[in-house]
Amino acid sequence: MSTLYVPASEDELAELVSRAAGTGERFAIRGGATRGAIGGRAEGSELTTTGLSGITLYEPAEMVIAARAGTPLAEVEAALADKGQMLPFEPMDHRGLLGTEGTPTIGALAAANISGPRRVAAGSARDHLIGIRMVNGRGEIIKSGGRVTKNVTGLDLVKLNAGACGTLGVLTEVTFKVLPRPQSAVTLAARGLAPEGALTALADALATPFEVSAAAYIEAADAEPSMTLVRIEGFSESCAYRSERLSELLAHHGAFAPVGDEEGAKNWRRVGNARDFAAPNCAAVLRVHVAPSKAPSILELAQRLEARVMADWGGGLIWLGLGADASVEAAMAGIAERGGHPMVVRCAADTDWPLIGPGRAVAELGKRVKAAFDPQALFNPGVLAGYL
Amino acid sequence: MTHIQFPIPDMTITDRREEIIAALAGVVPEECLIVATDQMRAFETDALTAYRRMPLAVVLPRSTEEVSAVMACCHAAGVNVVPRGAGTSLAGGAIPQEDAVVIGVSKLNRVLDFDRKSRTITVETGITNVAVSAAVAPEGFFYAPDPSSQLACTIGGNIGMNSGGAHCLKYGVTSNNVLGVKVVLNDGTIIDLGGDAMDVPGLNLLGLLIGSEGQLGIVTEATLRIIPTAEGARPVLFGFDSSEEAGACVAAIIAAGIVPVAMEFMDRPAIEICEAFAKAGYPLDVEAMLIIEVEGSDAEVDASLARIIAIAEAHGVRVIKQSRSALETAQIWKGRKSAFGATGRVADYICMDGTIPTGQLPFVLKRLGEIVAGYGLRVANVFHAGDGNLHPLILFDANDPEDQARAEAAGNDILKLCVEVGGCLTGEHGVGIEKRDLMGFQFTKADLDQQLRVRAAFDPDWRLNPAKVFPLEGRLI
Ligand SMILES: Cc1cc2nc3c(=O)[nH]c(=O)nc-3n(C[C@H](O)[C@H](O)[C@H](O)COP(=O)(O)OP(=O)(O)OC[C@H]3O[C@@H](n4cnc5c(N)ncnc54)[C@H](O)[C@@H]3O)c2cc1C
Repeated sequence: MSTLYVPASEDELAELVSRAAGTGERFAIRGGATRGAIGGRAEGSELTTTGLSGITLYEPAEMVIAARAGTPLAEVEAALADKGQMLPFEPMDHRGLLGTEGTPTIGALAAANISGPRRVAAGSARDHLIGIRMVNGRGEIIKSGGRVTKNVTGLDLVKLNAGACGTLGVLTEVTFKVLPRPQSAVTLAARGLAPEGALTALADALATPFEVSAAAYIEAADAEPSMTLVRIEGFSESCAYRSERLSELLAHHGAFAPVGDEEGAKNWRRVGNARDFAAPNCAAVLRVHVAPSKAPSILELAQRLEARVMADWGGGLIWLGLGADASVEAAMAGIAERGGHPMVVRCAADTDWPLIGPGRAVAELGKRVKAAFDPQALFNPGVLAGYL
Repeated sequence: MTHIQFPIPDMTITDRREEIIAALAGVVPEECLIVATDQMRAFETDALTAYRRMPLAVVLPRSTEEVSAVMACCHAAGVNVVPRGAGTSLAGGAIPQEDAVVIGVSKLNRVLDFDRKSRTITVETGITNVAVSAAVAPEGFFYAPDPSSQLACTIGGNIGMNSGGAHCLKYGVTSNNVLGVKVVLNDGTIIDLGGDAMDVPGLNLLGLLIGSEGQLGIVTEATLRIIPTAEGARPVLFGFDSSEEAGACVAAIIAAGIVPVAMEFMDRPAIEICEAFAKAGYPLDVEAMLIIEVEGSDAEVDASLARIIAIAEAHGVRVIKQSRSALETAQIWKGRKSAFGATGRVADYICMDGTIPTGQLPFVLKRLGEIVAGYGLRVANVFHAGDGNLHPLILFDANDPEDQARAEAAGNDILKLCVEVGGCLTGEHGVGIEKRDLMGFQFTKADLDQQLRVRAAFDPDWRLNPAKVFPLEGRLI
């Protein structure tokens, strides 16, 4: 039977880790456990951060919010919305895609670097994470960064931990830079574009000065034609001007017309949360990070594999849904060959697909960095395997 | 007396100078190796000119492979290495030592690739910051982080320091604009971190490397995010009778949901110095001035400025001056961007770089004035108001060693104040040697030890830029 730890304070957590250092106990770190096995499945006693909860600092005029790692994301978002602000990177909600339940936490956004459609323009969770507190594998409480955005004092352990998926330590408190919520948004949609043309249209849109805040492509399915989407946000008069100019500029790719606010918002949730890829639609789901100029070759591969696809971030993020007979291994290899970075987000329950490793020299460095934080490898064994 | 300590040069290295130079000559052609004292003079210091040390030798390789060969050579000989870009560091980050070889990237200055569809450019890191923007300008793009030193400073130095600039409020600092790098490690191993895609999964050593001040490796290539140039941009100048009013105006603009591209603050002494130099049309009868720039089409700029002006009026603004032409805009920015140079004409100065939570602005400006006056010195303040990154310029006379000591002491007190109110020692210039001994004010021993362990994962023998960033005492290795 596996143990579940729910430390109620940073000190209690530090003590728990110190005690474990001699016993060989390992920890699988969880927030709300809504995001599955990002970066790989961890083994060990479950350690959840949900006992560390609450917003610790919110200064709207300074555009900064800090909260303990286990604070429900919804609580943070409600506090921000109350002052007309938001997390700029529009974090993905994994529950629909993975069929998980529970409450996403703010700490996991930092640990797993979870972003969504606005990432292409505004930057990632990592870009907005400005401070952390954590407990390392020696049971020490350490901090890096702080509550101010401009901060280059010492090594940037904040950026290192963002996306390290809890392999270096347990984040106990995270501080994010936030932004004002835009007054309005206009989504332009063109129906029926072929993949290659759609990707070119998205790249063209993102190269204009009109500050496109999101750019995505949903392929044709069943009776539905494909949808190519771009979004403009800001003050309403400016949105009206920019969306008009944009649809003129994109006219040679297809008819980009505004959709209603509600439909627009719904589409961006559909893109950001990748719900279309939930079971039973796809047997395995891969997320591919790739330079947008290489995206067409990934889409072409997807077609060959008869995979379902969706592109976000103007082609910089591609979702691939494989059927039951397709080989995950072959898909990963094909993606890597084309310059993409695949990550298996969901697959058959009894398999595990680690990330493709970074090459020997970088992996060696990764191992040493891991040991610098967690010399006895207490945290999340198995996660980011090829990197540590 | 200057009082930042340098470690005593290792005689076992300096005694072997000829032998080490011969080894270097074996891996790079003569034109890349500088060993004559008069020619090495240019590498003795950086923009922290009060401190200078002659290096053992200077190497300016022409390719990543040459950098690797030189690093391997130094590693084999057990020689320290000081990476260098253009040497504009204000923190002494690029100052060498008698027992160290300077490896400069200035000959690595090519553009390697421009990828319009991905909105990236790949460059060698000796290219200047401004040359990157110039390279993509014809395509309608620019590179966003814009240090005032951008004509001279290199992308390598920008990555070394995680540099910022006036326009970072909207577009982020260096680390938000780099996708991937090629790095030569201490033993000459060449690695790639990040890549050409956004948020490449895996352990993010890239983010760790940016801002590591030349202590983890030498960056030779970088893939940078470029941004479409706005249709237009226009600044407005506001003059206030007090810095409190100016600070409250900044907070109110953000509260109204507006994030301008830049919000820059100057106090009266800074206004006077910059106006005398740049003839920018700054008001001379106000205590505080803001330069706020917004972007967009003419109509969008008009609308944004109208909103901002209405807020300023509600906060007691006394002078409002909108730029009416590209020339006026250029002059307004010239005044701000030449603030350090212009100050250098009226006095010697040291430039502080702490960041504070913007809510603390009025308190900190008042205390800061008292601190400097307490040492019998003067201060001019220019800074990035939107993010609280202060640049107090403490004026002193470099010919008077006691004056310099007082200026440094005042600077240290100001940085401690920044940390006390919840900020940090350095917002964009880096720690270097300048703030090295203050690290204990911001970090606990456990915090610093964690950083030292990470550093040792890359450079266990402390060969890369060793006298910088971390206090000389208490190092783990
Ligand atoms: C007048 C003036 C105005 C300035 N304005 C600003 C400003 O607005 N914002 C700002 O952030 N800074 C500013 N600076 C500081 C300075 O210009 C920046 O720190 C700049 O990034 C340094 O670049 P450089 O090429 O001169 O690097 P250097 O000074 O040569 O080196 C800086 C650091 O980076 C390391 N380094 C250099 N190249 C590499 C490399 N290839 N790989 C690894 N490490 C390397 C060095 O070892 C050193 O620690 C200003 C300086 C001056 C003199």
